[in-house]
Amino acid sequence: MSPINFVYLAAVLFAIGAATVLVRRNAIIAFMGVELMLNAANLALVSFSRIQGNVHGQIMAFFVMVVAAAEVVVGLAIIIAVFRARQTISLDDPAELKG
Amino acid sequence: MISPVLFWTVAILTVVASLALLFARKPVHVAVAVITAMVGLAAAYVGLEAPFLGIVQIVVYTGAVMMLFVFVLMLVGVDQRESLKETIAGQKWMAFALAIGLGALLVSVISRLKVSVAGNPASGEPEAIAHQLFGPYVLVVETLGFLLVTAAVGALVLTHVPRLFPKRTQKEVQAARIQAGANPVNKTFPGVYARHNALDAAALDPDGEPIEESVQRVLKIRQQTVDTIQFRDETRHRRRELGAKEEDQ
Amino acid sequence: MLSVSWLLIAIPLASFFVLMVAGRRADAWGHWVGVAASTASAVVGIGAFFALVGRDASERFEAVHLFTWINGGDLKVDAGLLLDPLSITFVLLITIVGTLIHIYSVAYMAHDARRRIFFAYLNLFIAAMLLLVTADSFLLLFVGWEGVGVASYLLIGFWNHRPAYATAANKAFVANRVGDVGLIVAMGLMFAQFGSVGFAEVLGGASGASTAMLTAIGLMLLLAATGKSAQFPLQSWLGDAMAGPTPVSALIHAATMVTAGVYLVVRAGAIYEGAPNARLVVAIVGAITLLLGALIGTAKDDIKKALAASTMSQIGYMMLAAGLGPIGYAFAIFHLVTHGFFKAGMFLGAGSVMHGMDDQVDMRRFGALRSAMVITWVTFGLGWLAILGVPPFSGFWSKDKIIEAAFVGDGWQPWVFGLSALIGAGVTAFYMSRLFFMTFHGKARWTDDQHPHESPLLMTVPMMVLAVGSAFLGLFLAVGNRFQNWLAPVVGEHEHAEPVLSVPVLTTATLVLVVLGVGLAYLMYLRRSVPIEPPPPSLAVLVARNDFFQDSVNRAAFQTPGTHVTRTLVYADAAIVDGAVNKQATAIASFGQASRTLQSGKVRSYALIMLAGVVVLGAILVMGS
Repeated sequence: MSPINFVYLAAVLFAIGAATVLVRRNAIIAFMGVELMLNAANLALVSFSRIQGNVHGQIMAFFVMVVAAAEVVVGLAIIIAVFRARQTISLDDPAELKG
Repeated sequence: MISPVLFWTVAILTVVASLALLFARKPVHVAVAVITAMVGLAAAYVGLEAPFLGIVQIVVYTGAVMMLFVFVLMLVGVDQRESLKETIAGQKWMAFALAIGLGALLVSVISRLKVSVAGNPASGEPEAIAHQLFGPYVLVVETLGFLLVTAAVGALVLTHVPRLFPKRTQKEVQAARIQAGANPVNKTFPGVYARHNALDAAALDPDGEPIEESVQRVLKIRQQTVDTIQFRDETRHRRRELGAKEEDQ
Repeated sequence: MLSVSWLLIAIPLASFFVLMVAGRRADAWGHWVGVAASTASAVVGIGAFFALVGRDASERFEAVHLFTWINGGDLKVDAGLLLDPLSITFVLLITIVGTLIHIYSVAYMAHDARRRIFFAYLNLFIAAMLLLVTADSFLLLFVGWEGVGVASYLLIGFWNHRPAYATAANKAFVANRVGDVGLIVAMGLMFAQFGSVGFAEVLGGASGASTAMLTAIGLMLLLAATGKSAQFPLQSWLGDAMAGPTPVSALIHAATMVTAGVYLVVRAGAIYEGAPNARLVVAIVGAITLLLGALIGTAKDDIKKALAASTMSQIGYMMLAAGLGPIGYAFAIFHLVTHGFFKAGMFLGAGSVMHGMDDQVDMRRFGALRSAMVITWVTFGLGWLAILGVPPFSGFWSKDKIIEAAFVGDGWQPWVFGLSALIGAGVTAFYMSRLFFMTFHGKARWTDDQHPHESPLLMTVPMMVLAVGSAFLGLFLAVGNRFQNWLAPVVGEHEHAEPVLSVPVLTTATLVLVVLGVGLAYLMYLRRSVPIEPPPPSLAVLVARNDFFQDSVNRAAFQTPGTHVTRTLVYADAAIVDGAVNKQATAIASFGQASRTLQSGKVRSYALIMLAGVVVLGAILVMGS
């Protein structure tokens, strides 16, 4: 079976992750959706690396993982800060930008 | 080439787990689902001749990132039950439509690719990766180091709460306690008996009655305490056997 | 003297400014300044006249260049004066009659607090009228034309604390304005055809233009003339203009301003020469008006309104004469001059009567004034005889010649025009005699508090001078065809043509009709006593008394449709033009309001929009490749 199928899988996972961000109200679950999207991208990268026959895709996927980890750290810190201020992590509550 | 068994197992596992992201109620269930998906993906990486990445996936993602998620979940409320009812009008179906559209778009792009799979892929062993990382990509690695430090410091800064009031000293805490009418001395420890020294046995006061407040409230609520009277009576019984006089009991 | 003839206009104009600016402290001597300014103009005018008389007949014109006025591309108009026999005749008429009326006004307006301003306006009028008749281009004439319109408005509405008088002033101005459109269009046509609006270029080049263009110009000039001279169909303002003080009626609405239309038509004779149809229309307008005015005059009980109708009718005679071509031009101006004297004289007489009768104007309240106001009776009587056309007084020489000229021609024209003029003469005799008998003869029908007395010298002396003119000026000018020869360089050599009825027949017929008219008036108003309350009118009298319902006709034909058009346009402006702009603004505002809903402040909505954008862009990119 060709590794291209994994790329299809990555596309599906990416779509599911996008839907999660839009649909779920809990900030942490939405964040998990973002992580899922990143993982889907990683999967695509690794698949293409296998198709091409070199490791460049894997290197890029490695970098993506590191960056994702850093992003998670900062993102969760933000969520905690917001929670401390408002006692809620619902994405609908902060609406100060309402026009 | 990839084994179809591997592919389909991974595919079904990850897709079903991801759907839990969308439809599960409790956040902890969602976190567990995501962990499952990550493990599945790690398996996929290994199958794709990228063993190093697969292990790193487990270590970093499931080990570190998801644990972070779970910790934060515990901080902000682990037993929230989320309502799946949508508050913004039209959001749900628009989101699904767009996600399906996005998926279709990506699939259509991928389907146009003509790929010739390399027969002899390069090794994904840690050595080969390391040669690449610290060879051509060394600057990126350094930059990533900066990034990680920045992230850590950023997290500290974000969660730092400036002290608005001076810290209460132990003396002030004690004084407040006394003024509130608390007992100045320590609470009594649970009873230690010859045959039982667990936390669920109350201590005995000089009159031989159990001190209720020496056992944790939770245990009492759960009715997991042990009756202390039996230990008292048994002590007396043993002492009488050993020839103690009545007035010493 | 000719080179300083611009002083004619400058002196009264300066006096106007001085009197307006001087303020209350000039109230004691302001009127004498006005009289002096008018007199100075008269002196300059007389000097210019004698300077021209001294020259040969073919050299009797002087072009005085004043300054370059408009120099815009193709249109170049210089301000200048043209002094030739026609303009000098008018100058003399205006200044002499004007000065006499100035003197009269000193006494007539003696009790009015705003007398100084009255004289300022009179001087403004004199200046504008003199500019009108001495201008050397149609555009400069138009400046004077508008100036006299303004002065007339100011003077008719002089007592504008009475709303009816102010409305009358508005009516006069608006009717004039309608006519002014004709003059503006005519100037436009002249510029298109001749490239200039100066007399020399237009009148000199008239023979080279097409008949259609000349007819158009001629008709437009006629429109302007009808407005200014109160001819049909723009005649409705003259009766109401009597709201002004009597000296105003005498000067402006008898002698001078209303004759400006005749001046325009005569001056533009070269244009009508090439447009016989336009000339015919002029004659028709004149004929209609002379009959209309005469009929209206028979039913009016207000002495000033009767005299106004008479003016309308007499100017109709002048227009008729001007519309007959070269055979009539000289007589039109002749009649204009004599009419100026006797009509102004009669108006001043009426003013004297009103002064003595406490501003009463209803003739049914007059009667038997000849013993109380002898001088007025005599001067008015001479004017009456002149307008009747009784020889040897002025009117006979001028009006009879017009009637003769009206009977010249082929086909229906001489009969229609001639008979109208003839009948008009008879009706004129009737109603003027009616007026004279009702006012000065018969039994006294005064109210109890009236004590008629003769007017002071300042009023009677001008009346006497004008009466002398009414009596003898016609004879003086007719001797040896003096007047026709004087005007010949401007209006062309007088052609003598035979009328269809011979001259003695016509003269006799005229006199017979005059006697009949006087006799009828004598029977109705002298032998029988005049009722104080007007008797129930017959249909004819009713129509005439209501000015042939001219105001109703104007309202129905022009005002009401015009108001509808205006209302529709205003509505269209508000709804469509303003509406378009406002609706645009509202549309933008509501679009903004609708766009506000996009900014819900909710993160997930923004995320949705972002995803939508990504999908759309991606689709476009994918489709495109």
